[in-house]
Amino acid sequence: MSPGRNVVIEATNLHKSFKSTSVLRGVNLTVEEGTMLALLGPNGAGKTTTVRILSTLLPFDDGRAMVAGYDVNRQADQVRSIIGLTGQYASVDELLTGYENLVMIGRLYHLGKAQAKRRAAELLEQFDLMDAAKRAVKTYSGGMRRRLDLAASLIAVPPIIFLDEPTTGLDPRSRQAMWAVIADLLAGGTTILLTTQYLEEADQLADRVAVIDDGRIIAEGTADELKGRVGTERLELSFSRASDLTSALAVLDEESAQVDDERLVVSLAVEGADDVRRRLNALHDVPVQITDMSLSRPTLDDVFFSVTGSVQDDNGSAQHKADEGVTAA
Amino acid sequence: MSVLDQTRVDRPSPRPRRLSWTVSDAAVMIDRGMRHTLRNGDALFMSVFLPIMLLLLFVYVFGGAIDVGTGYINYVVPGIILLCAGFGAATTAVGVTNDMTTGIIDRFRSLPIATWTVVLGHVVASMARNLFATGLVLGIAVAIGFRPTASPLDWVGAIAVVALFILMMTWVSVMFGLIAKTADAASGFTFFILFLPYVSSAFVPTDTMPAALHGFAEHQPITPIIETVRGLLMGTPIGNSWWIALLWCAAILLVVVPISSHLFRSRTRV
Repeated sequence: MSPGRNVVIEATNLHKSFKSTSVLRGVNLTVEEGTMLALLGPNGAGKTTTVRILSTLLPFDDGRAMVAGYDVNRQADQVRSIIGLTGQYASVDELLTGYENLVMIGRLYHLGKAQAKRRAAELLEQFDLMDAAKRAVKTYSGGMRRRLDLAASLIAVPPIIFLDEPTTGLDPRSRQAMWAVIADLLAGGTTILLTTQYLEEADQLADRVAVIDDGRIIAEGTADELKGRVGTERLELSFSRASDLTSALAVLDEESAQVDDERLVVSLAVEGADDVRRRLNALHDVPVQITDMSLSRPTLDDVFFSVTGSVQDDNGSAQHKADEGVTAA
Repeated sequence: MSVLDQTRVDRPSPRPRRLSWTVSDAAVMIDRGMRHTLRNGDALFMSVFLPIMLLLLFVYVFGGAIDVGTGYINYVVPGIILLCAGFGAATTAVGVTNDMTTGIIDRFRSLPIATWTVVLGHVVASMARNLFATGLVLGIAVAIGFRPTASPLDWVGAIAVVALFILMMTWVSVMFGLIAKTADAASGFTFFILFLPYVSSAFVPTDTMPAALHGFAEHQPITPIIETVRGLLMGTPIGNSWWIALLWCAAILLVVVPISSHLFRSRTRV
């Protein structure tokens, strides 16, 4: 923890059960001022529950939740006036127009009518919603709704923002746009707690990543630290003849090589694109035919494998690929 | 789209809720309810056009065949007014259910406001919508031959009774809106409300009904309310209808408002 930074979001030993199901079993996390923590985990791990508790929406059974020095339980109004919350589902009014939505939310943050209108116009411009400003939200696309939802969270320029799976269900272009906005917010000094199922998202945006599983934080660190625990990227080369595979191995002379003799595949640990080029260059003068090539990155499942020692499903191989989210880019 | 180049915002510093904020929150929510009414084609249709169609239907289609001893239009208009108010108020249920089942309630709850103002917005909008619709139906009724004999004081009384009835129906539908898990279920409630005025003295005198129905029609809340409004507007005998009507409205409100407030609190504190 770097000195001089205040902790502005702090959960201490949070416990929460729904009926007899224990959802949080002692969650501890801290977010320092002006930084972003990504809470990474699969569905049902407790991500949304944690965010709902910290944003005053959900009472909890045990522990302590503080935001900007205010107790989430006892000083909910103070907390609410300085946070913005964007959930997994767009929390906007379908019957109102985009502009009316933003003005309404601005006024409910007690910005005053004139200021709420000014901010609404600004945000519609910034979020590329000017053309749709006078249309009812029910005519909006999914991506537009989410943008409006985020804009609504930002109308009072809150110093602290909770983003609960802000990109789940978005198409790649909308996701990129959302990432750009989040990066801007961070650059502007906003403190952010983001939840995600995607390692890539946490990697791209967050200062620190906390991995949550089954109601507990099971790993925490920078994205690089976590990836270090998971292992590196792997380059897979496929051959059509066993003799090609042998010749290639001789040239590569690689300790990390894992060889699959049946599929005629060699897998190598690599570090970045330059490293990939170096390996391929080494094979340049060797008369072997490479039939296929792929680069696989550590997946969320790999993270779970490394920190829990088990994967979520039955085929527990280390090379198990997540079927959603992280793909080799 | 950079969000960095935003102008400075003068956000009130965090502090416990203040009364002046609650008043302004309520105003914003009422404004929202009004906009919903104008945007929501179904609700507008139910509240305004349907009663007008029913008025014309009863006066011109059925009216000729129904003999109530006086011009049927003068008999039926008070019933149509209440039917109209009941309908319009029942549409509130759908609005409340929509709020509770979509993400918007989470948005409101994450704001530094008194969350109950969400319900207040619906209630006030329903009052305004239905009083407007009532006025419209009355205007059309007068245009096609309705001749009330009411004094100005009778008018005030009639409007007050209709307003009380709208308030009661609105709260009943708020309660159903909070109970219903889907907007479809909530609109089913509207359908149920549709039948109550038919089995009352709204369209035909109750003594023309079979004994079992007659008993129900005489003792359900709509009949004394209609008799009171009819008495005030047309000078027909009111008897003890007025206080039975008030008692019904008050009793139903006393049951329904606390239940709604309990439901709302438990549903916003999961």
